[in-house]
Amino acid sequence: MRKLVTSVLAGIGLTLACGTSVYAQEKSLTIFWAEWDPANYLQELGNEYEKETGVKITVETTPWSDFQTKAFTEFNAHGDAYDLVVGDSQWLGAGSTGGHYVDLTDFFKKHDLGNVMAPATVKYYAEYPGNSGKYWAIPLEGDAVGWSYRKDWFEDPKEKEAFKAKYGYDLDVPKDFKALRDIAEFFHRPDQKRYGIAIYTDNSYDAMAMGFENALFSYGGELGDYTTYKVDGHINSDKAVAALDAYKELYKFTPPGWAKSFFVEDNQAITENLAAMSMNFFAFFPSLINEASNPNAKNTGFFANPPGPNGDQFAALGGQGISVISYSKKQDEAMKFLEWFIKDETQKKWAALGGYTCSQAVLKSPEFQNATPYNKAFYETMFKVKDFWAVPEYAELLQQLNQRIYPYMIGGSGTAKETLDALAGDWNATFKKYGRVQ
Amino acid sequence: MATTMITTLDRSSRAAARGLSDISIRNLFIIPTVLFLIVFNIFPLIYSLGYSFTDFRASTNAPANFVGLQNYRDLLNDPYVWSNFAITAKYVIVSVVGQLLVGFGVAMLLNRDIPLKGLITTLLLLPMMLSMAVVGLFWKLLYDPSWGVINYALGLGNFEWLADPKMALYAVALTDIWMWSPFVMLLSLAGLSAVPKHLYEAAAIDRAGPFYTFFRITLPLVAPILMIAVIFRTMEAFKTFDLAYILTSQPTAELISIRLYKMAFQEWQTGRSCAMAYIVLIMVLAITNIYVKYLNKVKER
Repeated sequence: MRKLVTSVLAGIGLTLACGTSVYAQEKSLTIFWAEWDPANYLQELGNEYEKETGVKITVETTPWSDFQTKAFTEFNAHGDAYDLVVGDSQWLGAGSTGGHYVDLTDFFKKHDLGNVMAPATVKYYAEYPGNSGKYWAIPLEGDAVGWSYRKDWFEDPKEKEAFKAKYGYDLDVPKDFKALRDIAEFFHRPDQKRYGIAIYTDNSYDAMAMGFENALFSYGGELGDYTTYKVDGHINSDKAVAALDAYKELYKFTPPGWAKSFFVEDNQAITENLAAMSMNFFAFFPSLINEASNPNAKNTGFFANPPGPNGDQFAALGGQGISVISYSKKQDEAMKFLEWFIKDETQKKWAALGGYTCSQAVLKSPEFQNATPYNKAFYETMFKVKDFWAVPEYAELLQQLNQRIYPYMIGGSGTAKETLDALAGDWNATFKKYGRVQ
Repeated sequence: MATTMITTLDRSSRAAARGLSDISIRNLFIIPTVLFLIVFNIFPLIYSLGYSFTDFRASTNAPANFVGLQNYRDLLNDPYVWSNFAITAKYVIVSVVGQLLVGFGVAMLLNRDIPLKGLITTLLLLPMMLSMAVVGLFWKLLYDPSWGVINYALGLGNFEWLADPKMALYAVALTDIWMWSPFVMLLSLAGLSAVPKHLYEAAAIDRAGPFYTFFRITLPLVAPILMIAVIFRTMEAFKTFDLAYILTSQPTAELISIRLYKMAFQEWQTGRSCAMAYIVLIMVLAITNIYVKYLNKVKER
């Protein structure tokens, strides 16, 4: 018995010793991100870094649905499994005030990143609290919500003629939200198994919020005042009510069963010939111009979120910055990687691999804008984006938004005004709970 | 006392030769289990009770403040939480009653001499051997209005099982019934085969009709084992998470466990979610107790 115990212990000891010695020999960094194409591009970029410096970069991923949960579980446990994280823009508040992110303000100032990166990306991916001059992340993957559409359906002469006869203007890429609605209605033909439009409706994380924000911001509405946290009169303003009605109107023209849809379903709407237009993050467009993943690749076009009735044009922001995790034991190595990452050549490589760079120089270059059918729309969008609340309690605010808007959008209960009044009440109560308003 | 409870060790066994006594063997088996229970069950249970009286958030470094019964008060005044409980109750009733009817019915059909009985029983047990997440994912495909098999087979056109706020909960319950009826069937089959054959012979001699035989002989004798199935299935249905979480995001199908998950791991309201977990725990305990009392009564008969 004693022999057995000794040998088992010795075995465990040996395994541990081997494991740690291998670990110590190699220089390596682990970056945590969600499971999607850009993470693969980042891994390729990391391989380049390894060639240059010998430091091994591993991009670890998890599906989007539990990315937030898994990341914060690790942060809360003060774990050092990851050295860097490409965190969602809404996490800045929780990441910085919770002490999970390393303060990158000095790094930011030293490299003048405020001017190197596009202003919106600095504001939403890096700075917290707003206008404080404190930075917690380096903008890595720029992203916003845009639209894809079926060029072949839009350019069909018969369709063009029928559309003009019905609506009195030419069928083209929608010039405003009204045209978006008309075109959706025009192509909505359930008897032919063709539908007008694919939008975000999933209420489990931020899908519904992102979709609604596209309408809200272009209608000139706001979520609230980001400095005073006043929401009453903003989120339930007339403009916001009109925006919610416009977004709900679009739901009428979606394919059947469109009640839990996010980026996967919205790309399927194009690849499976379901819808004429589809809302999605730019990050998911590369697979739409790839013939291997989209049989309609040649016939897929892209456009930026259209303006609302008053000419305001904005889009909901996605995208992430990269932060150093304060529990990492390799923070110096991580900073070296960031220094390499922000170089112009690296940013060019990043864009060439398929990453959405936030570097102004690269974004403005004609070679970037002409590289793909959607890069120009992306460039235009990235200078007029707005984001959700980034306070540490953003998840509660999201949940309240889902809780109020989903039953109205999908279940048709109540009115837009009642819905948003109730949401304003919920948000105000939450801000009160955290001492942001009196 | 301890030595009388367990079989004494055979003196010629290897364990005895190594000088291990009965008590040390017992301890060897029991102490790790007890330690495991204390570390992973009892300690967190008590620790979270403490948290349920604070505004603690695991996602921040802010210290937890004692807020007394505030969390419980807020939760029990929250109409959304009440609607989650109502939804859960509806779900439990529909899915447990459904499983009982289907499971017991199939067991009655199988409780006779038919060819390939063993094979049929084994095949019928397959659904409950699958993982909940897998069942959720493929039933989502089956229910799909555009390419789902169910609408195609039933000729329902584009009927939206999961997108329809009124239907979503029943669709989840239906999947649960499909998955867990075999469990009820298995227990019922064991109960049915234990009914003494002479009782049926006696009933036949007395010319008792099939209904009389069923309600006076079969059902009362199978009832205790059916009650056990009901207890297990009620507890499980009350805790359902994965199936409902994967299948639908309808607020009309948001079970209490989904709400709890969101509160704890998406919003990181650790203190409040601990309070919620306690409310759920008390409810499950209460329901189970009622069942156990009833089970004892049934057994006495």
